[in-house]
Amino acid sequence: MSGSTSNMQLETQTQNDRAVLIVKEERLDAHNSSELKERILRTLEEGGRRLVVDLADVKFIDSSGLGALLSGYKNASQRSGTFVLSGLQPRVRSMFELTRLNRVFEIYPRLQEAISSQGVS
Amino acid sequence: MSKTSMSVDIVVPNQTRYLRVIGNIAEQIAKELETDAVDQDMLAYHLNLVLTEAVANAMEYADERRADHTVKICLSIEENDLRIRVYDHGQGFDISAVPMPDIDELQERGRGIFLIRNLMDSVTYQKSESGNVLEMHKSLK
Repeated sequence: MSGSTSNMQLETQTQNDRAVLIVKEERLDAHNSSELKERILRTLEEGGRRLVVDLADVKFIDSSGLGALLSGYKNASQRSGTFVLSGLQPRVRSMFELTRLNRVFEIYPRLQEAISSQGVS
Repeated sequence: MSKTSMSVDIVVPNQTRYLRVIGNIAEQIAKELETDAVDQDMLAYHLNLVLTEAVANAMEYADERRADHTVKICLSIEENDLRIRVYDHGQGFDISAVPMPDIDELQERGRGIFLIRNLMDSVTYQKSESGNVLEMHKSLK
């Protein structure tokens, strides 16, 4: 990424052998989506094979935000890992439905459910 | 029925940090509309989205050699017609050639125009005097 990094607010945790990325931004758009994509990729490269991305704080997502998550999903799959989402607000979820990406992603209502449900490896 | 009539012109620097500002303005305008024909909260989100997509496109396609690195947005509401024009100074593209995203392909890009087409009644993209203009229209009836 160029020098115009957005310094995205992102909390990372490890819980129950899952790498958890909690997006602490209200918007995921072309300003910060490439940073999210890189942070997901870095987590995978550092050995996190079972990723949970929590979007509970995200009120707005655009096509580039969806693209960044899709990139994470594909990269995790290529590494035989898992990639699940949690906490989608209704309007954010409606964007997944409009683009049919709700059929691609495994989506849980709450973070704790995502962490405990991702048991199949 | 909407009784609102307004016209707003906005010029922002060609920097993605301004997408949030544009989106917020769009949401506020949607909430000002006196219409009971549409869900205003949803309209606010949709206007935020189509403007974010259109302006991000304009920023991406902007001609970096030009000194005026700005994107101009004209938003007007007349009777029940909402019209948004977003101007860019780039090379342009053929909107009719933009394919529908294929769910099986899992492409990371290419959903912006698809979303705009879905949420607005009509979308055109053509040459203008100073570059190109993406024009979106939606009836609020």
